[in-house]
Amino acid sequence: MLESLLLVLLIGACAWIGSSMGLTAVFGVVLPYVAVFVFIVGLVRRMVYWAKSPVPFAIPTTGGQERSLDFIKHDKLDCPATKWGVFVRMFLEVCLFRSLFRNTAACTVENDPVNGGPRLVYYSSKWLWVFSLLFHYCFLIVFLRHFRFFMEPVPCCISVIEAIDGFLQIGAPRFYLTGGLLLVALLFLLSRRLVNKRVRYISLANDYFPLWLLIGIVVTGICLRYFDKAEIAQVKIFIMGLTHFTPTIENLDLNNMFIVHLTFVSTLLLYFPFSKLVHMPGIFFSPTRNLPTNTREVRHINPWNPPKQFFTYPEYEDTYRDAMAAAGLPLEKQPDKKSAE
Amino acid sequence: MAKLPTPQMLVASRPDFPKEHWLDTKPLFAPGSYCYPEKKETMELLHMPNPHNWDPAADDWNLPDNWEKILCDAFEERLEKHRSLKLFMDICVRCGACADKCHFFLGTNDPKNMPVLRAELLRSLYRRDHTALGRLLGKHVGARGWDKNVVKELFYYAYQCTECRRCSLFCPYGIDTAEITAIVRELMHEVGLGTHWIMDPVKNCSFTGNHLGIKPHSFKEIVEMLADDCETVTGIRPKTPFNEKGHEILFITPSGDVFADPGIYTFMGYLLLFHELDLDYTFSTYASEGGNFGSFTSFNMAKKLNAKMYAEAERLGVKWILGGECGHMWRVINQYMETYNGPTPANMETPKSPITGTVFSNAKATKMVHITEFTADLIRHGKLNLDPSRNDHIVTTFHDSCNPARAMGLLDEPRYILKHVCNHFVEMPENTIREQTFCCGAGSGLNTEEIMELRMRAGMPRGNALRYVQQKYGVNHMACVCAIDRATLPPLADYWAPGVTVSGVHELVANALVMKGEAKRTMDLRQEDLPNVDADEAEAVEG
Repeated sequence: MLESLLLVLLIGACAWIGSSMGLTAVFGVVLPYVAVFVFIVGLVRRMVYWAKSPVPFAIPTTGGQERSLDFIKHDKLDCPATKWGVFVRMFLEVCLFRSLFRNTAACTVENDPVNGGPRLVYYSSKWLWVFSLLFHYCFLIVFLRHFRFFMEPVPCCISVIEAIDGFLQIGAPRFYLTGGLLLVALLFLLSRRLVNKRVRYISLANDYFPLWLLIGIVVTGICLRYFDKAEIAQVKIFIMGLTHFTPTIENLDLNNMFIVHLTFVSTLLLYFPFSKLVHMPGIFFSPTRNLPTNTREVRHINPWNPPKQFFTYPEYEDTYRDAMAAAGLPLEKQPDKKSAE
Repeated sequence: MAKLPTPQMLVASRPDFPKEHWLDTKPLFAPGSYCYPEKKETMELLHMPNPHNWDPAADDWNLPDNWEKILCDAFEERLEKHRSLKLFMDICVRCGACADKCHFFLGTNDPKNMPVLRAELLRSLYRRDHTALGRLLGKHVGARGWDKNVVKELFYYAYQCTECRRCSLFCPYGIDTAEITAIVRELMHEVGLGTHWIMDPVKNCSFTGNHLGIKPHSFKEIVEMLADDCETVTGIRPKTPFNEKGHEILFITPSGDVFADPGIYTFMGYLLLFHELDLDYTFSTYASEGGNFGSFTSFNMAKKLNAKMYAEAERLGVKWILGGECGHMWRVINQYMETYNGPTPANMETPKSPITGTVFSNAKATKMVHITEFTADLIRHGKLNLDPSRNDHIVTTFHDSCNPARAMGLLDEPRYILKHVCNHFVEMPENTIREQTFCCGAGSGLNTEEIMELRMRAGMPRGNALRYVQQKYGVNHMACVCAIDRATLPPLADYWAPGVTVSGVHELVANALVMKGEAKRTMDLRQEDLPNVDADEAEAVEG
C-alpha cells in the first residue's frame, strides 16, 4: 500500500522537478506521445492476445430461467437465448454493473438465539456497486469534459455536460460535481481495501497503485482548476499543438502542477495495458456473459476438438458377451457355442 | 471416519486469517482435509500421464523429474486453448465481491478459499511467466515461480472447490472459478496427481459403462429388483427394457440412482412413470451412466466418457434421449456434449413428447431432454392423474443443484412439478436458491467419506438455509434433481438439520401418481406406511 503511494509521489516529484528544471519537453511532449502510443498498441495487442485463443466451449453463467416450455417464464435478461438478448445482458453488465448489483454480505452468527445454533445471514450490500458505478461514470464525464482542450470549436455537447456538471453554481470557477464525486468514490474504493479485512488480505501493490495514481490525477486536476490555477488559454494552445502533431512549448506559461497532472495521466496510459485495468476491454470478451444460452439448440464448435476415442459398444460386447447372453440381454453377435458351454 | 465436531464447534473453530501474506503460507495436509490419492494402476489403465504412487500427507510427492517443465508447458498449452483462461488471468480487479459467495470460504474461513485467491494461486504463476510487470517486479506485484509447495497448494485448493459457479454469478466480469479449478485439476493430472474418488469412477465408466462398475447383467438384475419393489408398492410391475433397438427414446440417468439409497427411489419413480405412460423407451447397459466424473478430470476425459451416449443412441436407432435427474451430467449435456461429440447421429430427431406432442425446440441440436422438462409438460397437459395428498406427510423444500441452476437455467420446471405433486412446498431464503443456490458442499467429485468434516463445513450455507425453513415452516423434506445431491444431502441434513429427508423429484411424482389398475397405496416407494391411509381400509386391501 505504502510502496504504491510512494511510487506515485515519486513520479509526481520527478515531474515537478523536471518541469522546474526546464524539462517540459520531456514530460509535456515526449512522455504523452509515448504514453498514448503504448496505450493504443498495448491495448490492441492485449485484445489480439485474447482473441488468438479460441472459445472451445459455450459456458454462459445462467442467471435465471432458461428458455424452455411455453408456460415457463423465460428470464430474458439473465439467461438470454439470442444474440439480441446477449446484447441486452452485456449492456446491463457494462453500463449498470448488473452482476455487482447482486452483491450480498454473508454474516455468520456463531450462536443465534432464535436458531439455537450457528446461523448465516445475508444482507444486501450495494456500496461497492454504488461507488464503482459512481467512479466509472464520473471518470467518463471528467474525461469528456476534457475534450474542451482537444477540440476547437468546443462541441456544444461538451458545453452541455459542463453546464450540467456545474449546476450547483458554487464558486468561481464553478465547482464541477463530478470532480468532487470522483475523489469521494476513489477514497471509498481505497478505504474499502484498507478497512475490509478480506479485501485487504487479497490486495496487492497492483491494486493500490492505480488507485493512488487516479487520486493523484484527480487531486492535481482539482488544484489546477481551483487553487494552483493553470492558464487555461495557454493549456489549450499547448494541447491543440500536441493533438495536431505540432507541439509547442516555447512562450507558453505552463505551471509545474500541470506537468505533474499530465505526467500522472501519461503514467496511467502507460500502465493500463499491462495491468488489471484491461478489465475495460476484457469484459466484452467474457465467455460466461457474452454467449447465449442456446447450447442445446445450436452446436458450438471447438476448433481443437480431439478425435473421439472411447470404449466402443463392440468392445463392450466382446468383453461381456457371455454374461449378457446369460442375462438375456439383446446382442449384436451371439456368443460362440463353445464358449457358452 | 473421525467423529465430527458439533455445528457450534465447527463454526467456532474456523481460524482467523493468517498474519503472513498469502504468498508465504502453505496448506497443512491434515487428515480429513484432502481426498485419498488415486491408485497407480488406475492411472496406467486409463493411459494418464506420469502415473506414480504418492501420499498427499508426505513431504515428497514423487513428482516426475521434469515436473516443472511439464506444468509450464501444460499451462501454456491451456492458455492457447482457452480464451477464458487468458482472460480470467488478466482481468480480475480483486474487488472481493466473490469472497463470501463461496461455501468453502464461509465454512472454513481459509482466505485461499475465497474464489479470488483460489484463482490468484494460478494467477501468480501466470504473472511471472506471461506478464511484463510480473517478470520485472516479481513478488511485489504478486508474481511467483513454480515450486513443489506451489503444486501442493494448487492441488489442495483445486479439491476444495466444487465448480459450482456461484462466484461467477456475482463477479462483475463473470470470472468463473469452475473454469480455473477444472484447468488446475488438468494440470495436476499432467504430473500424475489425482484423487481416488474421481479416478476410480472414471475407470469404471470407461470399461463397464458406469461409474459404479456395474456389469451389464448385474445392472439388469438390479433394475429388475427395483421393478419388483415397484410391484410391492403399487401392484404393478413396470417393464424394464434393456439395450433394445427400435424404440423412440433412450433413457440415461446417473448410475448412482440404480445403486444408492435414496436415489433408487427416484429410479423407481422413473420406472413407474414410464410404465404408466407406456413410453416407447429403452435403457442401455452400455450407456448406463449419465454422470461424468471425467468432467472433474479433464475436458478430454469428459468427452471420452460422454461419447457413449450418442454412440448408443445411433446403435439403438432412437429418435432422442431423455436424461434423468443429475447435476454435473446436465452441465456436460447442456454446455459440452454436442461440442464434444456432435453432430448428433442422423437417426435422431428434434425431441417431441409422444404423449403431449410438445416439441422441445430448445433441445433441437443436442436432442436430449431433461426429465423435469418432460414431466412438467405432461402435468401441464393433464396427462398424469396425480393425488398430491399422498405426499401430505411431507413439507418439502427444493434444493437447486449448482449445474442445472447456473449452467443451464433449469429452475422452474422442477418447482412446477413439485407444486403439483405435493401440497406443502416451501422455498428456502432467496439468497440460497435458484441461480444463487448453494452447493451441497461435495460436488465435483468431493463426495467422499474421508473429507466429511470439510464437506460439512462447505455444506454450512445449504445446511443453514435448510435449518431455517425447518424451524420456521416445519420443513421435513428436501427434494433435488441431482444424484450427487441425493448422496451428499442426507449426511448434510443429518448434521445441520436433523430430521429432514432427501429425495429426487420423481420419487415424489411416483408417490402421487395414480396409476391405471394399481392396488391401493398403503406405503410410499420407500415402503414406509402412508400416515393418511385409513387403517381399516389398508387392512381390507391386505386381506
